[in-house]
Amino acid sequence: MREVAVVGVGLTEFGEKWNTSFRNLFVEAGAHALEDAGMGGDEIDEIFVGNMSAGRFVLQEHVGALIADYAGLASNHIPVTRVEAACASGGLAFRQAYTAVASGLSDIVVAAGVEKMNDVDGSETTDALAGAADREWEGLAGATFPGLYSLIAVDYIHKYGLTREQLGMVSVKNHRNGAKNPIAQFQKEITLDTVLNSTLVADPLRLMDCSPVTDGAAAVILCPLDRAKEFTDTPVKILGVGQATDTISLHDRRDISTLDATTAAANVAFRQAKVERKDIGMVEVHDCFTIAELCAIEDLGFAKKGTAGKLTEEGWTALDGGLPINPSGGLKACGHPVGATGIKQVCEITTQLRGEAGARQVDADIGMTHNVGGTGATVVCNILGRA
Amino acid sequence: MGVPRYWRKQKNRYNLIGTMCKTCGSYYFPPRELCPKCRRDGEIVEYQFKGTGKIVTYTIIRTAAKEYDYLTPYVVAIIELDEGTRMTAQVICDIDKPYIGMPVKSVFRKITEEGKTGMLVYGTKFVPA
Repeated sequence: MREVAVVGVGLTEFGEKWNTSFRNLFVEAGAHALEDAGMGGDEIDEIFVGNMSAGRFVLQEHVGALIADYAGLASNHIPVTRVEAACASGGLAFRQAYTAVASGLSDIVVAAGVEKMNDVDGSETTDALAGAADREWEGLAGATFPGLYSLIAVDYIHKYGLTREQLGMVSVKNHRNGAKNPIAQFQKEITLDTVLNSTLVADPLRLMDCSPVTDGAAAVILCPLDRAKEFTDTPVKILGVGQATDTISLHDRRDISTLDATTAAANVAFRQAKVERKDIGMVEVHDCFTIAELCAIEDLGFAKKGTAGKLTEEGWTALDGGLPINPSGGLKACGHPVGATGIKQVCEITTQLRGEAGARQVDADIGMTHNVGGTGATVVCNILGRA
Repeated sequence: MGVPRYWRKQKNRYNLIGTMCKTCGSYYFPPRELCPKCRRDGEIVEYQFKGTGKIVTYTIIRTAAKEYDYLTPYVVAIIELDEGTRMTAQVICDIDKPYIGMPVKSVFRKITEEGKTGMLVYGTKFVPA
């Protein structure tokens, strides 16, 4: 296996992008990544695209070919593959790209993610996202996606005594970070009162506990580590990559409020990276709902089960805390274009490790990403470090 | 969703008929055709669940997908059936009533309707026991 580096990153602004189409989102992120790596496009051997549901959101399948075409690469005839694991689609694309370079099959590979979620109305979006869980035995019972995470929250609160305020502080912290991120959907700080007084979606989760519906795309360019200096002065090395699965339905899990796939994926990544939990200086976690961030901190192995709420309250997860969580603003404030999120997380950690994160800069040599599909049926974890 | 998708699981959805593995004695609802514990060594047979169990965790859905919107607010819970398996279902009760550990029993109810001219979908919900 070859060592692999990230040599280029590109993002669109995240948000409600009424003037931008599905394909243009991808092209914009891809162009930024190429520019970042100083490439023209002919260097690219292969592309992997994470996309959850273009079929539902824009009635478009065959996304790989569409993207190759509008990225101006149709005449190069390179393989372009769309991969899907709900909200972990981007994470999968990254791992596929990593595998392609590490194995020697391809040299320069783009891992991208794109989602255009605002071209259908809200209830259609809710229904499409419900497909991330078991349609026949969860969705048909009337369980929405926020509803499933609420089932996790109620179980968690019952077992560990989390306060409603602590849950809200996750959102407040992520908005504080998002306010410092120029591509974030919500570049605005909020108060705890705003969270506590927002509309109930599924008890106990309120609107401001939920990540938004977002249009956006992200792309990273990978190459063998020994060629990285051809493209950048500040390559970032991929130290560990882990992917894991669990039952599709929440009700079949060993423990309702523990994501075993998070622990499994993290363990694979840590084993490969040969680093310890204490070596990690920042983490982009999958905070699709506030409760998910708390579970992630614990299930990744950074805190004892039931303690992440208190740690959040004490500021441990803030930008200047013991372990900054979601410097980008996370899914809550930066936005959650589902297929793009796993790649956006890698963009954020790469930008941070290069020291280019501006007002939200964290001083760290090693960072980690954590991308979840469904309620924890797929998880991808990556560990990245300065090369 | 089309008619066959509901129709083929009608027996299971209407009557709470799942499966059990004769090799290891595990019960499955939703039904499984392959026992995850025994895999090829498993022997799956049909099983009529008693329909009694308790709430493991619950929520009150306030914002629903289109076809469930008319039901809001409604209670969705993970139910552990007495046989040991768990399933997701609605509980028909006041929204301030459910609690973890609450005993429930299954009832046959309309689940949703697919618009004014669409299908009526029936299945299993739960009520306080």
